[in-house]
Amino acid sequence: MARKLPATDVVIIGLGWTGSILAHELTGAGLNVVAIERGPWRDTATDFPTTYAQDELRYHIRHDLFLRPAQQTLTFRNNANQTALPIRTWGSFMPPNGVGGGGVHWNAETWRFLPSDFQLKTHLTRRYGQKFLPQDMTIQDWGVTYDELEPYYDKFEYLCGTSGKAGNIKGEKQPGGNPFEGARARDYPTPPQKQPYGPTLFADAAKELGYNPFPQPSGNLSQAYTNPFGVRLGPCTFCGFCEWFGCGNYSKASPQTTILPALVRRPNFKARTECEVTRINLDKSGKRTTGVTYVDSSGEEWEQPAEIVLLCAFQLFNVHLLLLSGIGKPYDPSRGEGVIGRNYSYQVTSSVNAFFDDKNFNPFVASGAIGMCVDEFNGDNFDHAELGFVGGGYLGAVQTNGRPILGTITPKGTPKWGAAWKEAVTKNYLSSYTASTHGSCYSYRDAYLDLDPTYTDPLGRKLMRLTFDFHQNELKMSEFLTDRLGDIVQKMGPRQLEKNPRKGPYDVSVYQTTHTCGGAIMGTDPKISALNRYLQHWDVPNLFVTGATAFPQNAGYNPTGTVGALAFWAADAIINQYLKAPGPLVKS
Amino acid sequence: MKRVGVVLLFLGMLLGTFAAAAGTDDQSSSEIARGRYLATVGDCAACHTKPGGKPFAGGLTIETPFGNLVSANITPDPKAGIGDWSDDDFVRSMQQGIAPGGKHLYPAEPYPAFTHVTREDLLALRAYLATIDPVSDAVETNRLPFPFSIRSSMIAWNLLNFTPGEFRADPAKSDEWNRGAYLVEGLGHCGTCHTPMNVMGANKKSQPMAGATLQGWYAPPLNNDQRTGLGAWSADDVVAYLKTGWGGGQVASGPMALVVADSTSKLTDADLQAIAAYLKDIAAPAGTAPAPLAASNSVMQAGRALYVVNCAACHMESGAGVAGIFPTLVKSPAVQAADTATLLDVVLNGGHAVATESSPTAPGMPAFGWKLSDNQVAALLTYIRNDWGNAANAVAANDVNAARAHPAAAN
Repeated sequence: MARKLPATDVVIIGLGWTGSILAHELTGAGLNVVAIERGPWRDTATDFPTTYAQDELRYHIRHDLFLRPAQQTLTFRNNANQTALPIRTWGSFMPPNGVGGGGVHWNAETWRFLPSDFQLKTHLTRRYGQKFLPQDMTIQDWGVTYDELEPYYDKFEYLCGTSGKAGNIKGEKQPGGNPFEGARARDYPTPPQKQPYGPTLFADAAKELGYNPFPQPSGNLSQAYTNPFGVRLGPCTFCGFCEWFGCGNYSKASPQTTILPALVRRPNFKARTECEVTRINLDKSGKRTTGVTYVDSSGEEWEQPAEIVLLCAFQLFNVHLLLLSGIGKPYDPSRGEGVIGRNYSYQVTSSVNAFFDDKNFNPFVASGAIGMCVDEFNGDNFDHAELGFVGGGYLGAVQTNGRPILGTITPKGTPKWGAAWKEAVTKNYLSSYTASTHGSCYSYRDAYLDLDPTYTDPLGRKLMRLTFDFHQNELKMSEFLTDRLGDIVQKMGPRQLEKNPRKGPYDVSVYQTTHTCGGAIMGTDPKISALNRYLQHWDVPNLFVTGATAFPQNAGYNPTGTVGALAFWAADAIINQYLKAPGPLVKS
Repeated sequence: MKRVGVVLLFLGMLLGTFAAAAGTDDQSSSEIARGRYLATVGDCAACHTKPGGKPFAGGLTIETPFGNLVSANITPDPKAGIGDWSDDDFVRSMQQGIAPGGKHLYPAEPYPAFTHVTREDLLALRAYLATIDPVSDAVETNRLPFPFSIRSSMIAWNLLNFTPGEFRADPAKSDEWNRGAYLVEGLGHCGTCHTPMNVMGANKKSQPMAGATLQGWYAPPLNNDQRTGLGAWSADDVVAYLKTGWGGGQVASGPMALVVADSTSKLTDADLQAIAAYLKDIAAPAGTAPAPLAASNSVMQAGRALYVVNCAACHMESGAGVAGIFPTLVKSPAVQAADTATLLDVVLNGGHAVATESSPTAPGMPAFGWKLSDNQVAALLTYIRNDWGNAANAVAANDVNAARAHPAAAN
């Protein structure tokens, strides 16, 4: 029997980016906030100091910072005709663990989505007609527009100190920035990072082809920055250990480097780490959450009553907890009904490897988000009428790392080990280059999350089951994007070029990105969305669900900028609307 | 049963609140507020509240060269604390180091500094302490070995080392300077750490604020030596340091981090400016600076290589650091200090910068003790003490080895 704790105003499940943002905003509004985090406390100087943080074996190969599948995992299958099996070693995506969440180990690529991305269904239907979209595609409008989110994107970028170059300030195009981006109120808080040789060559080649290259917006800072909370970051030193790693130099935006130092000073904030929430509790009406039940590291069960519950865990586990708690109608793909588990989506990435005779790229001079990109083929920035697919992505030369174990590319046909491999690595390490595409992934009726009928977690709860495969639309898009990328890289003058468009079926064992999306999506219709436009649960108005869980489908960008903007947007709605009149913020 | 207890406790709290409210008027509440501020100036809680303990209930062990003392319970509990002391008892203990019953205090309770505090201020402090929740935990403060454990030995000590008397303003100086002197020499008791001690543990009056080592840390000079003191700092640098933890390119860590967090960051700007005015007027001692070691020196070259690999990512190859997050090593008093205790401790064991309301980041420096050998640490420190215009004696591997055996008490 769970022991009951004194009630609090707000309980937050998961202390990553969105949990930290909401905790900061709501404690600032005077509420008492308790954050419950499954993983450990993490702090820069003690958990990823520069003395050992740059350890590829420990963090990348052995997954030191990540959730252990023995703690929690999910089962996977490509389609409903298969029997799902548990994921026992993470592959395609890397669920985070501990304070800071994915904000600890991201590459810090800090994008905004396009205005049309937020009204995708309406926009594409209007431009190409209803019949142009595949029948089983279940894309939706978000219920919030880019213009509404713009001030919150701005807040997130100024929280992080994002380094970039605006392409559109209040409708005025800015030379050197992304000409396709939505209008922003002001430029980035810090200038772009300095570009290494590879991205510089890539940008020159893109310009020759008539494109408009621009520096990737980066959360690894070009210069020291003090954010509005008084927290200070240092400049990035290009060590090239960003994704998979914590930053020991205080130069990658993360909850640790932007929010937590200010948050932990507040007497109305408490964090309980290494505590796993097992259930979101409902009252008898089923229309109101009364708080959460969690288990601490010694196995004791506690009930934390609260007036408001914020579900801020990683995308997959938000959905899992909703399913386990019986909140919202589970999605049934055979009838296309229900909302929890609906519209799971991902990201479609691909690459081009190029081998040169006369270039030295110094790939170890790197940062998770230094690079030059082009956006001509993202979203609906280009005419799809003759192409037979919808969606797109950015193309970029992003010099994330030159690490020794996995950062060594060799031409196809090279042995995987032995003298010939060593010779090829020696020959190509400095003179090869990988450019990439980062494509959208739209949602479909047969891509979803539900509870697994067979497998359970250490607490005896059903594991979640992921049913997902790439669709022809996405594979066609990837081929097209990879060809366009190949055109640019070819202009850089390699002796050999290899294109690697994404191919099906989806392989959950090979790393692609951690951009899993959907499952409890926001929208305008409670029959086909779990959350309203403020991330408030349609059925349980004192429950809000944050993160990429709310994305109805994924755009051709890294999601964190949008995740951060939505967190600030929801915080504003809670403080300025919900607290004044607790109840549904949108009539269903 | 449990619930009844909770209800009774709650009633007790309510009654206590009413009683306190009934006994206060405007004059005494302003005196209490002033006393509370003075307790912050004196950072009384630093010694009289142990980590995790009840406020002012004492019990914190204080190391001295003569043995250990334990801080007293100064809550208003009549038996365990000072609740049954008269105002005169309190003033006498602070100004003369003699508690009721003629019991001599040890100067770990810095009465040689507090003697300068006015009776009026001491009574305000007393009025504030009387509002603290009484705690009945008795503390045996004297844990000194014989013969130091004999309190009357302090009579002779006082004769030799102690000059009682309230602060007297120097009419030749500004009001601001005098206010600063009053705070620094009185309740602030800065010299207790920053002025060297003689063999009897008394501050050497001939070397005011010349720097001293205690509890494994070196409290640097607060005189105006250009190389090792505040000579290169402006008064604004001093104010910023005390207010935010950052000033003159340096950050407070170690014991000074606690002083900034609990005391100086909460003082008024006027008082901080007064403190700065006074400190900036303390003359540099005579003496010549050492000449820097040549860059061609093989130890310097080894040290530079170690620096680039291990340190430059944060402190920059130029040694300049990054304002507000990574301290500068260029012309740094801490780097060039004659006594390398702090420098060795930070490199071997790492350290955390202070967090303050206006500067909450509190970056940390990782420990390098596990990674670098004694010779490497010695070469590294010798290098940073002698590049970029710095000049200081070389650090020996033996010193590094000794420092490993005696890590600093606080971090």
